[in-house]
Amino acid sequence: MPSTITLDEVTVSVSVPGGDLTLLKPTSLVLDQPRIALIGSNGSGKSTLARLINGLIEPTTGRVTVDGLDTVDDGAAVRRRVGFVFTNPDAQLVMPTCIEDIALSLRRSIKTKKTRLAMAQDVLDRIGLGEKADTTVHALSGGQKQMLALAGVLATDPAILVADEPTTLLDLRNTQLIADQLFGLDQQLILVTHDLDLAARCDRALVVDDAAIAFDGEPAEAIDHYRRLAGVP
Amino acid sequence: MSHVLLGSYRPGTTLLHRIPAGPKLGLLAAFGVATVAVPGMWSALGFLIASIALVAWVRMPLRSTLRALRPFLLVVVAVTAFQVWQQGWSTAVHVVAGLLASVIAALVFTATTPVDSMLDAITRGLQPFRRLGVNPERVALAFSLVLRAIPGILEIAHETRAAAKGRGLERNPRALLVPMAIRTVARAYDTGAALHARGIGDD
Repeated sequence: MPSTITLDEVTVSVSVPGGDLTLLKPTSLVLDQPRIALIGSNGSGKSTLARLINGLIEPTTGRVTVDGLDTVDDGAAVRRRVGFVFTNPDAQLVMPTCIEDIALSLRRSIKTKKTRLAMAQDVLDRIGLGEKADTTVHALSGGQKQMLALAGVLATDPAILVADEPTTLLDLRNTQLIADQLFGLDQQLILVTHDLDLAARCDRALVVDDAAIAFDGEPAEAIDHYRRLAGVP
Repeated sequence: MSHVLLGSYRPGTTLLHRIPAGPKLGLLAAFGVATVAVPGMWSALGFLIASIALVAWVRMPLRSTLRALRPFLLVVVAVTAFQVWQQGWSTAVHVVAGLLASVIAALVFTATTPVDSMLDAITRGLQPFRRLGVNPERVALAFSLVLRAIPGILEIAHETRAAAKGRGLERNPRALLVPMAIRTVARAYDTGAALHARGIGDD
């Protein structure tokens, strides 16, 4: 059963020379479908909305909760429930080799090194990178890096996965591989994407425009709305 | 892969691979102290030869290991020139050979020690300092991030150089240094966000 993510009159703004810049206008939402897409133009506020969900960004006003846990007051507990995959896996892969990066995710839950490495190897085998265990992450292809970054997050078994444009830097084949992986998960998926085919596979889609929710509903209608906003037939 | 990246682990079965990370870190520290404490140019050269022998022993490809050390060339030249000017050739050879021996020994250490083992050793070693406010897990993580950052920064340097070359600006230091500094800081910021998102450091 999907988790319930609630935004209650949330705004986000940052101070810039000459005043405040609004990244998200007052927004109230309840997200409880298994797969939700966030679409919109570059700089519209999609990533801000996504990053609020696991506390990477704190609301300036209002409150964000995940299954009742406040993302500010219960940040560590929220991050245990919400995994986050970034656009660029290079920033997300923080250990020198593949197996060590997966093992890093497991350090908090598994204290025995032998068990931790065995589990990390198992995770790598499942995503088809078993033979790359001792390879430096630097030497992987873009698709392999993104798959490894995804595996590193899933290794901790989060209830929700937020993926911020995970296929933007990938070619067609790797986009397909990552998409198949994402849509095959049991986890609730919040997908920020410019790939409208992926958005169409979700249960609900939100169009973000000018730091606000411009449309919220069926993916097909959301995509039409987004096309009209972008002036693309 | 025959290419050697600074700080990357190379699996193997030699004795050095099998020695636990903690004692091995102690040996590395002792080696580093010895290169400074034992006087004389010939002893320093001996340490340098010993460190190169370690490279051969753990089967790191010698040629590409030396190539990986090229970034230190500038430091070596600067230190040599300074020492020759201040203390003469004998001291210069002692200092530079000792420095290179320590760097190569550290390279051998990282090549024969999985980072996970290193994290465990550092975490264990720093436990007594916990009461002084030191968080051993965070210190250990900082070590591993430095190791991971080396190839990342080299990659940024290559990309920046290629971009400058593409614009015909390869001889302009500003076109190389400014974007490289900005991209390195941006990468550090992104890495921090990724660590935060993965809940690392929450405990």
